[in-house]
This record gives sequence, structure tokens and C-alpha cells, in this order.
Amino acid sequence: MFANPLSLVIWTPIVAGLLVLATGGDQRAPLARWLALAGAVLGFLVSLPLFTQFDNLHGGMQFVENMPWIESLGINYHLGVDGISMLFIVLNSFTTLMVILAGWEVIQKRTAQYMAAFLIMSGLINGAFAALDAILFYVFFEGMLIPMYLIIGVWGGPRRVYASIKFFLYTLLGSLLMLVAFIYLYFQAGKSFDIQAFQALKQIPLQVQILLFIAFFLSFAVKVPMWPVHTWLPDAHVEAPTGGSMVLAAITLKIGAYGFLRFALPIVPDASIELSPIIIGLSLVAVVYIGLVALVQTDMKKLVAYSSISHMGFVTLGMFLFTGSQMNAWAVEGALVQMVSHGFVSAAMFFCIGVMYDRVHSRNIADYGGVANKMPIFAAFMMLFGMANSGLPATSGFVGEFMVIMGAVQVNFLVAALAATTLIFGAAYTLWMYKRVIFGEVGNHHVEEMKDVNKREFLILVILAVTVLGMGLYPQLFVEKMHLSVNELIAHVAQSKL
Amino acid sequence: MNWADLNLMPALPEMFLLGALSVILILDLFISDAKRGITYALSLLTLLVCAVIQVSTFEPFATVTLSGMFVDDPLSDIVKVAMYGVTALVLIYTRQYVKDRGLFKGEYFTLTLFALLGMNLMVSASNFVSLYMGLELLSLSLYSLIALQRESGRAIEAAMKYFVLGALASGLLLYGVSMVYGATGSLELAKVAQAIASGSANQTLLVFGLVFIVAGLAFKLGAVPFHMWVPDVYQGSSTAMTLMIGAAPKLAAFVFVIRILVQGLGEMVADWQGMLVILAVLSMAIGNLTAIAQTNLKRMLAYSTISHMGFLLLGLIAGNAEGYSAALFYVIVYVLTSLAGFGILLGLSRAGFECETLDDLKGLNGRNSWYALLMLLALFSMAGIPPLAGFYAKFAVIQAIVNVNLLWLAVVAVMMSLIGAFYYLRAVKVMYFDDVQDNSPIAIPGDMKLVLSLNAVALLVLGAMPERLIAMCVEAMKQSLVVL
Repeated sequence: MFANPLSLVIWTPIVAGLLVLATGGDQRAPLARWLALAGAVLGFLVSLPLFTQFDNLHGGMQFVENMPWIESLGINYHLGVDGISMLFIVLNSFTTLMVILAGWEVIQKRTAQYMAAFLIMSGLINGAFAALDAILFYVFFEGMLIPMYLIIGVWGGPRRVYASIKFFLYTLLGSLLMLVAFIYLYFQAGKSFDIQAFQALKQIPLQVQILLFIAFFLSFAVKVPMWPVHTWLPDAHVEAPTGGSMVLAAITLKIGAYGFLRFALPIVPDASIELSPIIIGLSLVAVVYIGLVALVQTDMKKLVAYSSISHMGFVTLGMFLFTGSQMNAWAVEGALVQMVSHGFVSAAMFFCIGVMYDRVHSRNIADYGGVANKMPIFAAFMMLFGMANSGLPATSGFVGEFMVIMGAVQVNFLVAALAATTLIFGAAYTLWMYKRVIFGEVGNHHVEEMKDVNKREFLILVILAVTVLGMGLYPQLFVEKMHLSVNELIAHVAQSKL
Repeated sequence: MNWADLNLMPALPEMFLLGALSVILILDLFISDAKRGITYALSLLTLLVCAVIQVSTFEPFATVTLSGMFVDDPLSDIVKVAMYGVTALVLIYTRQYVKDRGLFKGEYFTLTLFALLGMNLMVSASNFVSLYMGLELLSLSLYSLIALQRESGRAIEAAMKYFVLGALASGLLLYGVSMVYGATGSLELAKVAQAIASGSANQTLLVFGLVFIVAGLAFKLGAVPFHMWVPDVYQGSSTAMTLMIGAAPKLAAFVFVIRILVQGLGEMVADWQGMLVILAVLSMAIGNLTAIAQTNLKRMLAYSTISHMGFLLLGLIAGNAEGYSAALFYVIVYVLTSLAGFGILLGLSRAGFECETLDDLKGLNGRNSWYALLMLLALFSMAGIPPLAGFYAKFAVIQAIVNVNLLWLAVVAVMMSLIGAFYYLRAVKVMYFDDVQDNSPIAIPGDMKLVLSLNAVALLVLGAMPERLIAMCVEAMKQSLVVL
């Protein structure tokens, strides 16, 4: 079991997390940190073979592992990745490493528990991406709520209790209905929880498809999050510690979008087509309206949180652009690139805010001003990430948005035009915030006392900057991995199940 | 009765239990308070021997003996072994607690063992008379156990309430049984089932009797609208007794229900299914909604128990072997979980201090992160969050009802568990997010700490590998339900 690379990427961080947890109290915090770092590095290293050994020319699932788990209930330990899920596992393992580094000396209270929670969550997230058995997926999908709940609640800001409970209950609401949908499909698919068996179901009446779609939609839309079920996200983000925000934005949101690709679209294609105008409408609201909401935020973290919702609106938009029963290949790949890119960019943005917060202990834009005078290196990096967040060409942010807009033009010009406004709003809210915080005269004595980034922060910033630029300049590296899987998905969805 | 056919082997564990119990009862008279540890050790030893006998005489089929009064089948075996284990855990968890309160006396052990004997009889009875005898032996022992704390007004009140309402429920049950007897002419479950299947029994009388029986059973399980006694008794009794009431008796009550409804009145499944649906939906709704309003942990857990009984009923509603085994798995996991939860409460209590409100858990993570983690496991398992055992329990019963096309009930059930998640989350919040208020050291005896840790970690292990236990439940149900 542990020879399989997928099992390794799931269990390495979890075992490391348990070891870190075992180090106990804060008097042994340094040990906990180094152990956590070792676990995260190891977790990242074992995820690399997935990327390098992935066969681009081979469709279907790779690195498959299948063995019975709970036979009495028909549940298998079935793992496998395609070009889509593989990317997110690597992204997640990478982000975990960044998060452990980001919390290095910042987290002084219950360090071991903090590090352990992230490592365990990392393993659970990898599991959710790798699972090919619906209940196995569900176990990982729900299981990650527990560490996230604790992360927000224990190390979060002043309203952390409200935010953490809201986060938990919102996500639970959606996923419980999905669980019922899974059980229903189990009996339809001849007593199997295999996701591929669900996808292979030949005939599902439209009414049933729509009900199933609603169950999936509630579960994944909350996670993405789509307007109007997005309200947990700004609260959770604002109150979460820096690392929590990074993981939330970079990874957990992606699981929602991934869920649409893995479950909703292939299992109930006709309902997806039928209801796609609604999804497109909600996505456009997210892009435009939430973009405007981001503009008026006075809290930096909230601003980036809203910007995440707006960017994720782009992702769902790209996935549901249909011409007849044909998904748009440009748009789907664009959505995926956007997901990966947003993973890096949002993590970087939250990290930047965390760096400033650690020095001034405020997230208010008004409490800053002229940071560039005191932290020139930091300001330069944040400039790059800000540009990527607003979709500047040559950064990763541009590629995905451009591809989705290209796809949208082919489908509907109005949709494309509305979606394209993100380029304006995105630039407006990001750069305006940047200007108010970074440029100008030194705002107050707190800013006066700020010191530029230390080595650890510098390292994280460099790594993130390299990936953001690298993805912008050579997106082919990622796109070629997902290409075949996307085409297979499109071909599958095009077949009606009525 | 033909004495030559008298086969006492199936009842060997019960006979040993009764013998050992009598020895302990007499021996204890000659033991001073200081040496009460002997009684304690003997009680644990008795449980161990019972379990060994039970396991070593296991047979994968049902044996009916004592003129149809007593049955020994895999279902009873698995539940009895679980009950021995649970009772042993209860004794270990409560030792320090009852010592601190001056209740560490011979009566405590003998009454506990008498209750266990009653439960064994409930689990193994195949005749309405023996069923009733078991039930009364259990109930009377429990009433006296609660009243053992005789200086506490609350405990006496709880015992009184439990006694009066319990007697009422027994009355209802007996009344129903008398009607079934009138319609079928027998008290033996197998013969009752035959009579109903042959169609010769008076249907009106049967259904009438069934209503009373279901009401009586619902009382014993604590399902809404017959749940009123649960919160008061849970809160009023000392935590040790609450644990006693909430653990093994739930197992026994479950098999009791299976014996009567499935083995005796199985032909009337269509009639009782509808009643159970109402009980289940009401229990899940009222239990979970009311639990939200509670600040007393024992009361909150009482309402949570009510909602769990609702979930348990879902498995019965499915009306097939799959559903029954899911319910069996559910009740075992539930008991294991509530043992861990109440175990922590017992551990946090000390002489002169009862840990029973939410505030008493404040900042537990700061005081002792290990106990906080154990409690966290118990709470999330009750909430049914994977990867803890409670999730698979809920999952199995929901799967069973979806299988019989009761999708709406499945949706109601998951929505209720969403509501339930809130108050479990709140308890976790109090432990992890709030600051420490009471920084007095937690002194849990070493053996209890070990057992409690194993108990709570078992919820996680069972979550990772539930197959063995589920398969055992499925097998036991299949082998037990065939014969009767």
C-alpha cells in the first residue's frame, strides 16, 4: 500500500503531523517546527514523481491503487489521478511547505498543534483529490473540516469563533446532501461507490439528474464559493491565521471547483447543460458584483478574500460554457490554469499581508502608507503578486483569464464582455490597495518602525515569485499535463444520459 | 417440562454471573471499607470470566432452551460480550468518582452486576415473560443505583422520576403483550410469529397491542414523544450513574426491541414501520434542536442520546437484515463514543466538584491537550464527522433506508445531523478556543487514563478500519434472524 505514490502523498503528511503532535507542549516548539518542516519537505518530494512520471499521452487514471476497504458497505480504497487532479496534489503539497515556513516564528502559541493541523489537513486534501471512490472522497472531504475548524478557531482573529463555526456548518450543509446523492447513485450503479462507475451510468432521467445536480451544487458551490453562498469565506479568511488563509484560498476552494469537474459534469451532464445558464449567471455576479465589493473593502485580507471569490467565479464560468452539449475546451483549460495560478497568487497575497500584519498587527489599509520607504524589497515582491492578481500578461494570472475570455467569446459575446470587466476591477482593487498601503509618505510611527523581510520571508517570496512568473511565461508545462484529461472529460460530457 | 431435555449450556455465562454475584454479595459483608478494592477486583474478574465463557461457547447459530424461554444466538453473544466490556469500562471510569463521593460500597458492585444479569436476560430472552423479567431486573437495579447517593436530593428525585415513568412504561408494554397473547395464544416469540403468519390472529387486537408495545419500547429507548425522563434522569443522577444508564442498557434495549418487533412481530413490519418513522423523525428533530439550548453538558448529552436513538430507529425502519445490522453497529459505536465522552466528564470531576456544564470544559486544551483531544474525538464521532467511527454508523443506517427508497427520510436525517453538529462544535469551541478558567490539576488514575485513551483512540481506529466490526454485525444478524 505504501509503495504507491498516491498513498505516499496522503499518508506522509498525516504521519508527520501525528509525530509533530506528539512532541507536545510549547517548550519543545523548535523540535515541532523542524519536524513539521521535514514532514512538509518530504510530503512535497513524494508528490514530485506524480508530476514528473505522469504520462501526458495516456488518458484515464494513472497511479491507480484499488483494494477493498469496507466491503460490507461497498467502499473501496480506490486511488488514482488524471491530469487534472494530479496538478492539485502537487500544488497542495507545495502550499503546505510554504505554510509551514510562513508560520515559523509567527506562531508562538501551541506551535506543535498548529503545524500538525496543517500537515494532517494536507494529507486529507491530497486524499480528496486522489480518491476514486465516492465515500473515500467524502471521508477526506469532510475530514479536512476538523483541522480547518481548529486552525481558524484557535489561532484566528477576534471573531474567530463565529467564523469557524460558520465555516464548518456551511460546508457541512452542502456535503451532507451530496452524501445522500452518493448513496442513491450507489444503488443505481449496481452497488458500487466507484466514481468512474457513477460516471459510466448510461441512463438517468432529467428530473433525477437535476436533483442530483442540486445536491452536488450545494456541496461544491459552498466550497468554491459561489455567490450567494460565499459569505462564510470573507469571515473565515479574515479571522484565520496567515497559513490558514493561504491554504483556504490556494487549495480548499479548488476542491469545490474540482468537484464540479469530477462529479457534477460527468455524472449528470444533461442537468449541467440544462442549468448552465444559472451557473453562468451566478459566476458573472461573482466576477462583477464581488469585484465591486472588493473595491470598497478597508481590510486588506477581506479585499483579497473577495478577490478570490471573484476569481473563482471565472473558474466556474469557464467550466459551464456550453455550445450545444459541447464544453468549451479553451474555457475549461483556462479555468484549470486559473485555479492553479490563483493557488500561487492568492497564497502569495495572503502571505504578503501576513508579513505586514506580523509587524503592525493591523489589516486595515488606513493603518499603512509608505511601506515602500521602509520595506523596499518586500514592496517589489508584492508589486509582482499584485500585478498577477490583476491579470497582467507574463504573470500566471493572465493566462487563465485570457483563455476563459477567449472561450467565452466563442460562446456568447455578452458573457465574454461582462467577464472581461474583471481585468478592470481586478486591477482597480488590487492596485488601489497597493498604492494606499505601499506608496506615499510614511503613514504613521508603526510603519516607521517596520523592518524589511528577513531571510525566511525572502525565501518564501522568491519561491512564490518564481512560480508565478514561470507559470505566466511557460504555461505549457501545466497545460500539456491536463490536455488529454480535459478532452476526455469534454467527450464524456457530450454524451447525453437521457 | 421435560427435565431430560434441559440444556443449560447456553445460559452458562448467566449462571456463572449469578453465582459470582452471590459470592461477591456475601463476601462483601465481611470486607471493611478500606479493602473494598477486593470487591472491585472480583467484579472485574467476574466480567472477564463471563466474556471468556461467552466467547469460548460461541456457536454460529441459535439455540433455544429452557422451554423456549431463552435463546443463545450470535446476536446475543456479540451484544453480551460488548456489555461485559462496557460494564468493565464503567467500573474503571467510575472508581475514583464514586470513591470521592463515598459510594464505593458493596451495593454499588452487586447492583451493577444485577443490572448486567437483567440485561443479559433481555438480550437472550425468547419469551415475553423472560423478556419482561430481564427488563425489570435491569430497571430496578438502576433505580436503586441512582438512589444510592441518598444525601443528594437531585439524585433521589431522578430515581423517583425514573421509577415512576419506568413503571408506567412497563405497564404499557405489559398491556400490549397481554393483547398480543390474547390474539395469538402464546407468549413465546416464535409461536407468536407463527400465529401471526398463519393469519389466524385477530388483526385489530394485534395492532392495538402493537401500539402499546411500541409506546413501551419507545419509553425504554427514550424516543420522542416518550423521552421526558431522559434529560431529567441524566442530569439528576451522579455522572457515574448517568454513564451506567447511558451505556450498556442501550445495547440491551436495542436487542430487546429487535426480539419483540422483528422476531416476535416481524410479520407486522408494515404496521410498526410507520410508527417508528414518526418516532425517529421526532427524536432526531426534538433531540437535536433542544440540545442546542442546553448549557448543562449532561443534559445536552441526554438530548443528544435522544437524537441518536432516532438514528438507531432508522436502521429498524429499513426492515431488513441490512438495516438491523446497521442499527446494531450504530448502537455499539454510540455506546463506545458516549463512554469516552462521559469518561472525560468523570475524569474532570473531583471530590466536591462536578464537571457538568459547558463552562467546566473551558480551555481544556490549555489545561491538558491530551484529554481535550480525546473529548474532541468523542464529540466529532457523535456528530458523525469522518474519519471517526460515528460517521460510518450514520452512513450505514442511511444507506439502509435509501436502499428501501426512503430518500426523504435520509434527507431529513442528514439535515438533523447538521443541526446536531452545532452543539458538538460548540463544546469543541469551549475546549479549544476559550481561555482556561479553572486551572486546577486534572488527576485521573493511571489505569483509567490508559483505558480512556484506548477507548477514544478506538473511535479513530474504528474509523480507519470499521470493516471487521461491521462484518461481525452483519453476520450475527444474519445467523440470528434465520431461525426464529
